[in-house]
Amino acid sequence: MIAFDLLVAICLLYVALLFGVAFLADRRAAAGRGGWLRSPLIYTLSLSVYCTAWTFYGAVGYAARSGLEFVTIYLGPTLIFIGWWWTLRKLVRIGRTQRITSIADLISSRYGKSNALGVIVTLIAVVGVTPYIALQLQSVTLSFAVFAPSGAGPWALTDLNSTALTVAGGLALFTILFGTRNLDANERHHGVVIAIAVEAVVKLIALLAVGVFVVWGLAGGVSAMIERIEASPLAGMPIQPGRWIGLTFLAAAAILTLPRMFQVLVVENENERHLATASWAFPAYLCLMSLFVVPIAVVGLAEMPAGANPDLFVLTLPLAHGHDGLAALAFLGGFSSATSMVIVASIALSTMVSNHIVMPLFLSLTRTSAPMSGDVRMLVLRARRFSIGGVLLLGYLYYRMSGGSEALAAIGLISFAGIAQVLPALVGGIMWRGATRLGALAGLTLGFGLWAYTLLLPSFGGGAVMGPALLAEGPWGISWLRPQGLFGLDGLDPLVHALVVSMAANVLGFVTVSLMTFPDPIERIQAAQFVNVFDHSSAGPGWRQGGAEAEDLLLMAQRIMGADEAQALFRRSAADQGKQGFLPDITPDFLQRLERALAGSVGAATAHAMVGQIVGRSAVSVEDLMRVADETAQMMEYSSQLEAKSEELARTARQLREANEKLTELSVQKDAFLSQISHELRTPMTSIRAFSEILMGADGMRPEDMGRYSRIIHEESLRLTRLLDDLLDLSVLENGQVSLNLQEVTLADLIDRAVAATGSLQGGLTIRRDAAAERVRLMTDGDRLSQVFINLISNAHKYCDAEGPELTIRVRAARGAVAVDFVDNGSGIPERSQAIIFEKFSRLTDPRKAGGAGLGLAICREIMGRLGGSIVYLPGQGGAAFRVSLPQVRAEAA
Amino acid sequence: MGKRVLLIEDEPNIIEAIRFILSREGWRVDTHSDGTTAFDRVTAVRPDIVILDVMLPGRSGFDILRDIRADAGLNGLPVLMLTAKGQVKDREMAERVGASRFMAKPFSNTEVLASVRELTGA
Repeated sequence: MIAFDLLVAICLLYVALLFGVAFLADRRAAAGRGGWLRSPLIYTLSLSVYCTAWTFYGAVGYAARSGLEFVTIYLGPTLIFIGWWWTLRKLVRIGRTQRITSIADLISSRYGKSNALGVIVTLIAVVGVTPYIALQLQSVTLSFAVFAPSGAGPWALTDLNSTALTVAGGLALFTILFGTRNLDANERHHGVVIAIAVEAVVKLIALLAVGVFVVWGLAGGVSAMIERIEASPLAGMPIQPGRWIGLTFLAAAAILTLPRMFQVLVVENENERHLATASWAFPAYLCLMSLFVVPIAVVGLAEMPAGANPDLFVLTLPLAHGHDGLAALAFLGGFSSATSMVIVASIALSTMVSNHIVMPLFLSLTRTSAPMSGDVRMLVLRARRFSIGGVLLLGYLYYRMSGGSEALAAIGLISFAGIAQVLPALVGGIMWRGATRLGALAGLTLGFGLWAYTLLLPSFGGGAVMGPALLAEGPWGISWLRPQGLFGLDGLDPLVHALVVSMAANVLGFVTVSLMTFPDPIERIQAAQFVNVFDHSSAGPGWRQGGAEAEDLLLMAQRIMGADEAQALFRRSAADQGKQGFLPDITPDFLQRLERALAGSVGAATAHAMVGQIVGRSAVSVEDLMRVADETAQMMEYSSQLEAKSEELARTARQLREANEKLTELSVQKDAFLSQISHELRTPMTSIRAFSEILMGADGMRPEDMGRYSRIIHEESLRLTRLLDDLLDLSVLENGQVSLNLQEVTLADLIDRAVAATGSLQGGLTIRRDAAAERVRLMTDGDRLSQVFINLISNAHKYCDAEGPELTIRVRAARGAVAVDFVDNGSGIPERSQAIIFEKFSRLTDPRKAGGAGLGLAICREIMGRLGGSIVYLPGQGGAAFRVSLPQVRAEAA
Repeated sequence: MGKRVLLIEDEPNIIEAIRFILSREGWRVDTHSDGTTAFDRVTAVRPDIVILDVMLPGRSGFDILRDIRADAGLNGLPVLMLTAKGQVKDREMAERVGASRFMAKPFSNTEVLASVRELTGA
């Protein structure tokens, strides 16, 4: 038998490989490379997270116990992928347009962004998935135990528990590392997805290898195999139609509602078209996975000793025949199945827990204080990390509690049935506009309650939660309330019984209450958006022009999405409105766009509440109601065309108005400049003329006075030269006559140079830098770039009005671009002036204090334009802040 | 001699030049550089003539001149205005507000001296 230590070593190596793969994939994705990361193949492979350890080991056991019934588990998803392809596409489209983060978010968003529903679905998911996670831990530990030396060796039962704990801890670490790197759930977890895809390949190869070994190695070929199957007890096992239909339905529901399936199917989906490939490729994958299940079960039953656990035939058959390598491969396959399920499930659950439970709690606790004080981003990430740990801990505790004894498949089916309770609200939500929040609430609570009563609690066995008397005779002896025979439905299989009772109550409650209640306006709008997602992928519950300041919203968005993302979003929105800079007008469209972007990080309900807090209005307006009233397709069509036209007109008008304002302002500035330039030239000339006249009649003047006056003449002529240099520099830059001297430089050197050049200025400006971040190599004109830096640093010297003036220089390199931010702690530049500071001759303060003609920033802007980059003012940083951006062209590429 | 000039100007080099030119001829020269407090200084010093720059930090020379003309106690005080802008509308503005004379920078030293003498009748 293979040495146990070797197995552990293989296992660790494999985990290290997965870490490496995930890390590289994340790196490539962050660098904007690796298009194959987003291929339909990877998407299809990631869907295989459906095949857990249950499928890997359990299917064989299932076949050994119940014959062909295991096929239902593959049949359900296949039917969905082939027959309900349109519904899947609808789900994916809704997920993308509404920036849905989880199944709980989808339900909450559809039913009027109701957080109560989000919480309920989250709880159902946690309760339903925990046993499933326990199941994975159990299968990994059991498979370890197979390899452990039998008897009293170091591998007693306590060691099994510690194995389970180690595995849970390792998985938590992996998931936290790669699953909570980005806050936005809509930013795909490339690393995780790739690792899952690798695991998908490993488990498929492993199962196929064992199958090939069994059919050709043990049974002696295909025809011999078929004979053995016909002779085996499996052939005689009856097919129970009730269970078949029930199980197929369950598996079909699971593919739509399991949090981990929703995660890979909808949230991680890169491109709707990938679904087309998956619609045949995923059923094909399932088919391959099930190909050798029966042969392995048959040969296992025939060759293994009577007491052997059929769930472990995949491992024990190769081991029994001395094929250690094959056994190790099978072990890795099972290990892959278990780990990929746990990783994706805990990412999905942690997103739900943090978005629907932690964040709403935090929001309601901080509602009284200023909006969004504190770093929400960190809070969300931390909440997510703790949730991952919590989910795995729950799984581990369940594993300990259940004693690790039950047959694997039973727990899987119980989980499926629990999660399937979300199905009516989900399918109703995307198909039927009449479905209401209260209906969904009623259906979910009824279905979930009955599931717990008829299936979950009895599953712990008589005496664990429910007494044997209660199970046999019903509560208080009322026999038609017996958990496994409600309403006298005796004689049914317990699983089918629970499924029929809970789903019937669920659907009945959902439909009846939906028909009896009237949805509120947000709900109606969301309903229209979800049900008719293909007709109109825009519009939605609108925001009216509110009192919110763009800058406040930017501050909040930065805390949630991160500074770069938020600034990019605001900038794009402003550009779409025909404006420059980072502060778009607070239009309803913009608010909606912002809300969706935030929803990607914290869920729809929370995002709505956050924007509502700042805009100061979360009620729905009359306009919203009007929009709901205009429901017919033609009206929708007509009004959307009209809206598009009037929006375009408004945009053109705004552009014209802005252009006009700018022209007027420029003409005023030009006049002011002429008088300014006159002043700048005449002032030094006055001194020069006066002192030269004095020196001309200098009879009897003291030599030291003469020296001093000559020096003044000299200084003033230098001042004149500087001014003329600036003017010429600008004119050359503007006319594009400048030739660049490109060379490889280090950012740190350029900043050093600029700091040294401005060091002689008076005033105690403290400059904060980060030497590590500045170690960036660039291909650019170093002299020109440092000219820009000098300008920005000396501006901080001159204008920063803080008690202890400080300038922070931040460097960030990402996605082939470098951004250098210069942020001081003064009072900043007022919003109305932010648009004009880069214009020539504009100067905000007294000219003498500035000591220039207002050309510095204009020159900077021209230089950056020539270097292929930009310089912009960054609002919302506390002080005056400028961002210099450059493309990072490497030396070898230039 | 011994008459007093109050020079309101903020460029240190120009202050030094005018002070040199006038004090060489026996004038007492006081100087002031801040626009906001310039008028108080005029009432405190009570000079024989004020030389006033137009572009001053805090307050424009035109505003200061308006205050001087509005103050009955300073009736008839000669004010020589200097400006580096030299545009026509500045000259018109100076005349309207009541400057006794207007000179564009750069000026000739002898011209300044002559104007000061003429305006004070010295």
